[in-house]
Amino acid sequence: MKKNTKLLHYKKDTKFETGLPTPGITKTIKKKLEFWWALPWTKARESKRDGEGKGEEGGERQGGNPPKYGDFEAQRHWMEITLNLPVKEWYRNSTTNDISYWGLDYPPLTAYQSYFHGLFLRFFHPESVSLLTSRGHESYLGKLLMRWTVLSSDALVFFPAVFYFVLAYHSGRPNGHKTHIAWHIAMILLSPCLMLIDHGHFQYNCISLGLTVGAVAAVLSNKELVACFLFSLALNHKQMTAYFAPAFFSHLLGKSLRHRNPVLEVLKLGLVVLGTFALVWWPYLHSMEAFSRVLSRLAPFERGIYEDYVANFWCTTSVLVKWKRIFTIQSLKLLSLGATVSTCLPSMVQQIWAPSNQGFLYGLLNSAFSFYMFSFQVHEKSILLPLLPASLLALEEPFLLIWITLYALFSMFPLLCRDKLVLPYIAASALFVLIYYVPSGRQDAKETRSFNSFVTTCLVSCSVVLHIVYLTMHPPYRYPFLFDAMIMLLCFSQFMLLAFYTNAKQWMLMKRSVLLDKEKKHH
Amino acid sequence: MADLLWFFAISTCLKLLLIPSYRSTDFEVHRNWLALTHSLPLSQWYFDETSPWTLDYPPLFAYFERFLSIFAYLIDPQMIDQGFGFEEANFDLGIGCLVPNACDCGPFAFPVQWVSVGGFVDLAFVFGARKGFGWHYCWCGLVKGLRRLSVLGAVVVAVFAVAYGPFIYHGQIQQVLRRMFPFGRGLCHAYWAPNFWVFYIILDKGLAFLLRKLGFAIQTPEASFTGGLVGDSSPFAMLPQITPLATFAMVLLALSPCLIKAWRDPRPGMISRWVTYAYTCGFLFGWHVHEKASLHFVIPLAFVAVQSLENARHYFWLSIVSCYSLFPLLFEAQEYPIKVLLLLLHSIIMWLAFSAQFTKGEEAKAAARIKKKDEQLKLKGNSNRADKKEGFVIGGVEKSYLKGTLISAFDEACSPRNIVLIPSTTMLIIKTLKDFDCDHNSKNISNIFVGNVIEITKLMQPR
Repeated sequence: MKKNTKLLHYKKDTKFETGLPTPGITKTIKKKLEFWWALPWTKARESKRDGEGKGEEGGERQGGNPPKYGDFEAQRHWMEITLNLPVKEWYRNSTTNDISYWGLDYPPLTAYQSYFHGLFLRFFHPESVSLLTSRGHESYLGKLLMRWTVLSSDALVFFPAVFYFVLAYHSGRPNGHKTHIAWHIAMILLSPCLMLIDHGHFQYNCISLGLTVGAVAAVLSNKELVACFLFSLALNHKQMTAYFAPAFFSHLLGKSLRHRNPVLEVLKLGLVVLGTFALVWWPYLHSMEAFSRVLSRLAPFERGIYEDYVANFWCTTSVLVKWKRIFTIQSLKLLSLGATVSTCLPSMVQQIWAPSNQGFLYGLLNSAFSFYMFSFQVHEKSILLPLLPASLLALEEPFLLIWITLYALFSMFPLLCRDKLVLPYIAASALFVLIYYVPSGRQDAKETRSFNSFVTTCLVSCSVVLHIVYLTMHPPYRYPFLFDAMIMLLCFSQFMLLAFYTNAKQWMLMKRSVLLDKEKKHH
Repeated sequence: MADLLWFFAISTCLKLLLIPSYRSTDFEVHRNWLALTHSLPLSQWYFDETSPWTLDYPPLFAYFERFLSIFAYLIDPQMIDQGFGFEEANFDLGIGCLVPNACDCGPFAFPVQWVSVGGFVDLAFVFGARKGFGWHYCWCGLVKGLRRLSVLGAVVVAVFAVAYGPFIYHGQIQQVLRRMFPFGRGLCHAYWAPNFWVFYIILDKGLAFLLRKLGFAIQTPEASFTGGLVGDSSPFAMLPQITPLATFAMVLLALSPCLIKAWRDPRPGMISRWVTYAYTCGFLFGWHVHEKASLHFVIPLAFVAVQSLENARHYFWLSIVSCYSLFPLLFEAQEYPIKVLLLLLHSIIMWLAFSAQFTKGEEAKAAARIKKKDEQLKLKGNSNRADKKEGFVIGGVEKSYLKGTLISAFDEACSPRNIVLIPSTTMLIIKTLKDFDCDHNSKNISNIFVGNVIEITKLMQPR
């Protein structure tokens, strides 16, 4: 019958045969998904929390005694301070600005950003940012507006940066499939860690990470000055971005050394960096005292080498070696500095010797890893920093990405449990894994598994079991943090393995890049 | 198969994420029904008055709630407590998990039951009868036909017996029917459904206004249209009153072309479209139709949307309109981006999928085939062939409607206190009844009224 043949004819081209109908779909899906699925549970948490606020949006500052409610309150307080006080007073302790109550401890760009967001909040809901009277202010509208500021920052800074990056990255590769591009965008934008931290927990990592991604994209398109500018901005937004500084430094240095006039290049870059810093720090450059005051806020060494249970070297080995008891803070500072620099050195050397775009991305990952592992006062949320270059490298190292994402999520699991974000955690991870295994092209990338699949299944099932144990069982009385420690150990082991792998990979690239260099020189 | 599972898994994840969001009154309604069916014996289900939300769905639904309440009890016994408000977090999770995945929207998906009953019974009857009488030229055929009809009838009767049996036994059928069909609730629901009666009401108000200006003494009606439990006083100032029977008659009238068609040429493949049409008629002319009922005619159409270009167009159009008309249900500011982006996402996916499905190359071949058929059957339709050649495009009217929805959606966004300002330039689109042309096999009947004018008139009524 004619009707049946028509049906058959159409069926041949249905999506189930050729993968998703157009790559464009996946792209737009990702874009929209990223946007709106962040919303439900961020909004949802507000609908449950009117007037309650028991530190669910806590984080670094837990044990929220009213009205100290954690990151959310900190950000709101910063908006209040920056809106109502003159610029010079922002970092100074005074009667109106009590530094001990969530004092500003990010560089000035965060302060400017708080100011603009404060303007937005004041326009719609002045009570939430009025000086001194709005402490602990938590109304439905206020919370909604705060969430909107994060969303808008995400959309205005992070998204364009990612698109710029993808453009730059794929323009250098002639054989990029459209589906690959879409998948790549999805992997970066739908990173569950970033979503959960920024939107569930309340942070503005999207801005600094977005600026970093923009800087990376600029490097890939050979616009080094733009890259310096953007990265300096990122550094001035959150000092954590310094995790990437060695990679940028070494890569740009390596590139400059290959120019005809290296000193000039270095000078140019240096001037841009200094200029940007001067621009951002302008209000605080009038006196040494103001400058050092801000600086001291940025590096709170008195909090010790680690806090809570973060999956880095100091915290994990503290099970055996009680660092805090053996050494003083001063010596620990030096120790961690030494360890960080020495682990970061191989990757830096490689980039100075043979800079390449590929190597640069690996270099970012490696320097971030070494800082995460050995730096002073690392927070669980800092895992976002190694995660970013891993997602940028999604097409080269898909298995690395999914493995590091899952373990990064796992390392943040206790934190998210405290914030009652278990359901979004599950849904976000599930969504990420599903999109990773999207049933369309990209079959080629799936075969590059470096681990034995038996080992991976073992590890995955261990993690799942630990999840369930953590949620359901009570730890023994003598060791109340037993499960946290177990999670930390598992994650740390995986991170170490991955760090070794990526370092090795970066060095192996060198052989290839040396060959390519020789070819270029001949041409 | 793996692909299907993948899509299913993705949609499950998304629904999981939506679990903690806005809790509508429907949520509490269903929770109350869980409690009711769990704690009270069957004879009390339709008599219970402890809450304003009485059970007003047919018995099978009540049994379903009873079944779910077993699991609800296991998850959190407090949920089923009748006097309970709602505050727990795991309660959310419990309820969320209980909502079956087949329901597209968590807290709201259930249709106006009498339409469904009417529609299904009508079509089943006609379908069965037609098959039965197909061989009326043959005596033995008649017997076969009658036997088939009686089998079909028996099945229907049996289902009804299972559902209503216990209530007939208790002698409660009157009460059940009264609860299921609360005609006292007024012609229109509090949140209007975009159906035909809106125009009737607009006309009535317009005429009253005009005549008042001209000096006539028109009495303002006491009752309002959108009050939930009005009673039977008439809210119309000028035009004749509409009784439930009148609406029923109109629905049957609207359904009749479809029924006649199904009678003349019953084809199993067309059942989905006919069901859609039946629901659409019920939606347009029914008594106290809820906006949510628009879902009920979109879903059957989805099943056949991929089969032909016309269906795809209609489905694309219909699903966007019905989704947009549901926007006022989610009126909280925090749901605003979710609903807008969800609709955008859905329309983009549909657009891309259908475009890929019905590419120009494809359509050229299809058009060629149809051309041949045209010549054979000598039917009209230059425009049809032209339509087909363009592939999946939407016409100018539809485009301007979509632009209008974007403008009004944006307008809503600009005022964070959720004042709904509707630009008055958005227009009303009516897709008139198209003729059935089953030989072409490509047309469908769709009748859509747009929500924008409805929202303007809504401004005249208190929410």
